[in-house]
Amino acid sequence: MNNLFLRVSIWVYLGIFFAYLLGPLVIMAITAFNSNGFPSVSPWECFTYAWFSELFQDERILNGIKNSIIVGIGTVIMSVTMGLAGALILTQVWPKLRATYYTIVIAPILVPGVVLGISTVVFWQRVNNWLGLGPDSILADGLFLTIIGQSTFIASYCMLVLVARLQRYDLTLNEAALDLGATHTQAFRKILLPFMMPALATSAVLAFLASFENYNTTTFTFGDYPTLTIELAQKVRYGISPAISALAFIIIVLTVFGALTNEALKRRKELQAAASGDTVKKVDGGFRLPAILSRNPAMIALIALVAVIGLSTVNAMSHNPAQCIADVKEERDMQRTLEAEANLRALAERRAAAAAARAAEAAANGEATEETAPATGGSSQTGGTGAFGNVFAPTNLDGAEEEPEAPEEAPASPFGSVFDPGNLSTAEPSGGN
Amino acid sequence: MSAGVGVNLENLWIRFGDFVAVRDANVNINGGDFFSFLGPSGCGKTTILRSVSGFLDPSEGRVLIGGNDMAGIGPNKRPTALIFQNLALFPLMKVWENITFSMEIKGASAKERRKRADELLDMIALPGQGDKLPSELSGGQKQRVAIARALCAEPDVLLLDEPLSALDLKLRQHMRTELREIQKRVGITFIYITHDQGEALTMSDNIAVMKAGIIDQIGDGKTVYNDPSTAFVASFVGENNVFRGKVKEIRGDEALIATNRSGDLVSRISTANQGKMNVGDEAMMFIRPEALSIAETGTSGDHFVTAKVNHEEFEGNSFNIFTEGDGGKEIKVSIPNLGQTFEDHTGQQITLEYETQNAVAVPAGELATE
Ligand SMILES: Nc1ncnc2c1ncn2[C@@H]1O[C@H](COP(=O)(O)OP(=O)(O)OP(=O)(O)O)[C@@H](O)[C@H]1O
Ligand SMILES: [Mg+2]
Repeated sequence: MNNLFLRVSIWVYLGIFFAYLLGPLVIMAITAFNSNGFPSVSPWECFTYAWFSELFQDERILNGIKNSIIVGIGTVIMSVTMGLAGALILTQVWPKLRATYYTIVIAPILVPGVVLGISTVVFWQRVNNWLGLGPDSILADGLFLTIIGQSTFIASYCMLVLVARLQRYDLTLNEAALDLGATHTQAFRKILLPFMMPALATSAVLAFLASFENYNTTTFTFGDYPTLTIELAQKVRYGISPAISALAFIIIVLTVFGALTNEALKRRKELQAAASGDTVKKVDGGFRLPAILSRNPAMIALIALVAVIGLSTVNAMSHNPAQCIADVKEERDMQRTLEAEANLRALAERRAAAAAARAAEAAANGEATEETAPATGGSSQTGGTGAFGNVFAPTNLDGAEEEPEAPEEAPASPFGSVFDPGNLSTAEPSGGN
Repeated sequence: MSAGVGVNLENLWIRFGDFVAVRDANVNINGGDFFSFLGPSGCGKTTILRSVSGFLDPSEGRVLIGGNDMAGIGPNKRPTALIFQNLALFPLMKVWENITFSMEIKGASAKERRKRADELLDMIALPGQGDKLPSELSGGQKQRVAIARALCAEPDVLLLDEPLSALDLKLRQHMRTELREIQKRVGITFIYITHDQGEALTMSDNIAVMKAGIIDQIGDGKTVYNDPSTAFVASFVGENNVFRGKVKEIRGDEALIATNRSGDLVSRISTANQGKMNVGDEAMMFIRPEALSIAETGTSGDHFVTAKVNHEEFEGNSFNIFTEGDGGKEIKVSIPNLGQTFEDHTGQQITLEYETQNAVAVPAGELATE
């Protein structure tokens, strides 16, 4: 009982956890295929690849990607090199200095990226001036500054990864190499580097990803070379388009694919190692998923993803997206006309009713009308020109013209009516427009 | 024998800060010798070896290899190859790549290297194992690969730092003879480090016995075993019974020692101390368990010891009697098992006898702690 409850709650927890983690990504991926102009899932209009082609026609995004990749490669080279040097020094430095050195080298991780960005720009500007170089020298170049700025803290990440591996390095291996006649360089290249290779690869990937997604530091340093994150941030400022979802989708797919390839390679290596050890062990009958699937939920996810895309492609081809979009547009226009007509009709009815009421009132007390009319006229004018309520309401376009003749109708705008105690009763139906 | 390259240590001092790891070592190692440094853990053996291979600079004194001062010459330029205490095989390289690393450094082709590796693998009795990784080898096999790797560099001096310490007893004994054979075959100088006196005695032409940074004695196995120059050497090399006392009388190269517990006993003075011991000096006398035998009870004289038997044990090739001894240590008597019948002496007072030449007297000094 208890056990079952526990298991169920674990699954529920996992469900919530993954929904929280992956939900936004899934939704974003879906919006990339919706023809709706605003990234959305729920008013699903048409399946389309249009956002992808829009994305690939967007010069600025493409340029941003290019810059990001250049900066990424530069940062990887800088950071891994500096990280390795830092890690080597850490293992070599006088033991009493070690803690101090470690703190200093780790510090950039703790400093906010914004500060690093500003200080990078300021510092290199000074150096540039001091060397007497012009504003178009390499030291003032956006690419250079971005790479340097990002490397200041990414190198520390790399160092952490490398130190972990280096601590498991047996220093006598180096001595053995020297003893057998190797120079220090040869010992480094033939013994230490191969040993560090896995950690170097890890730190390179880490450095690239950290560089690719960096915004804080880059925003101060990019100069004439805006990276992808910068471009995206600037784009989002003017409104968000599903083309960005499309980009996100591509990045997600690439990431999953990269992770899977890595996993598959690793697994293959393990299998090879196992096979060279003993081949007999593997034969144990029964049905099983292929090894790559049985322990690899990500692979299953990718296959599912490919399947979904495949299906929707087939669907889209039989369906013809352009036709669909046209249909939707037509439908929308039609709906709009219908709505407008309905509104007009409602307006006409209301006006008729009001006229009847006025006639009745006038019949009741003829003198009072003369005094109230100018007052309501003034208030309705402010209401009518007040931009907020009226602009989007198609009915009010017509209504505005009639204003002078029928001042009571103008307060269809919510703002106009609020300030006019005399119109309280008429304001209510027009608010629901 | 082929005149290999000799190694000399002259007034060698090695300090780590204030700590003196090697104190004034003077050693002459003949070319082609199998030379051992023997001493307890932490006495500075590895330190000496590292100064010969070039990883440590002497604080004072000189290291000469083949008569050349090695000062300022790095480990990769010295004609030595070191077999590390932990072997230090390159874990990511295959066995054949490990073995021929020294050739790779010099730019030899893969084909050449492969050929040489196969020769060496045959020599160390591991034919066809070249494509394995070190992690796929057994302890003894790794051992042999490390030896092959060092020999492949064609050193004039091979340095071995307790290479057998990680192996089990059987394999260790097997490897001893194998190492000795390899040494004879290649004819180069071996400097071998061990804390196992059995290893040192069976393999070495000469042995240096070390204690806490100081070399107490240098000599061949027989000398070190039979004619120790200090109490430390006497107690460290092989089993020995100690009798403490004062020198009562000097008779040429013999001394009469008034022992604290067993009366006056006569003993040979060890060669290194002849003429240096004086009447009244604190002295120690050592007799091997196998040099003692049971005498008629009641006999007395300067080569009889009377003591009460604590317990006895049968060891197969010998029958051991443990009696009360000096300073809380028991006296061990070892009687070879030649098929005779042994009677149980436990609790009895017995008299032990020895011949003067089998007892050796040295000045009182520190004993090896077990
Ligand atoms: N780099 C070093 N810094 C400080 N002290 C050291 C250093 N290397 C060795 N020592 C000290 O020198 C002494 C001798 O060390 P060494 O390694 O030579 O011992 P060893 O005789 O080889 O012992 P073992 O049989 O345990 O290997 C030890 O007390 C050790 O603590
Ligand atoms: Mg040692």
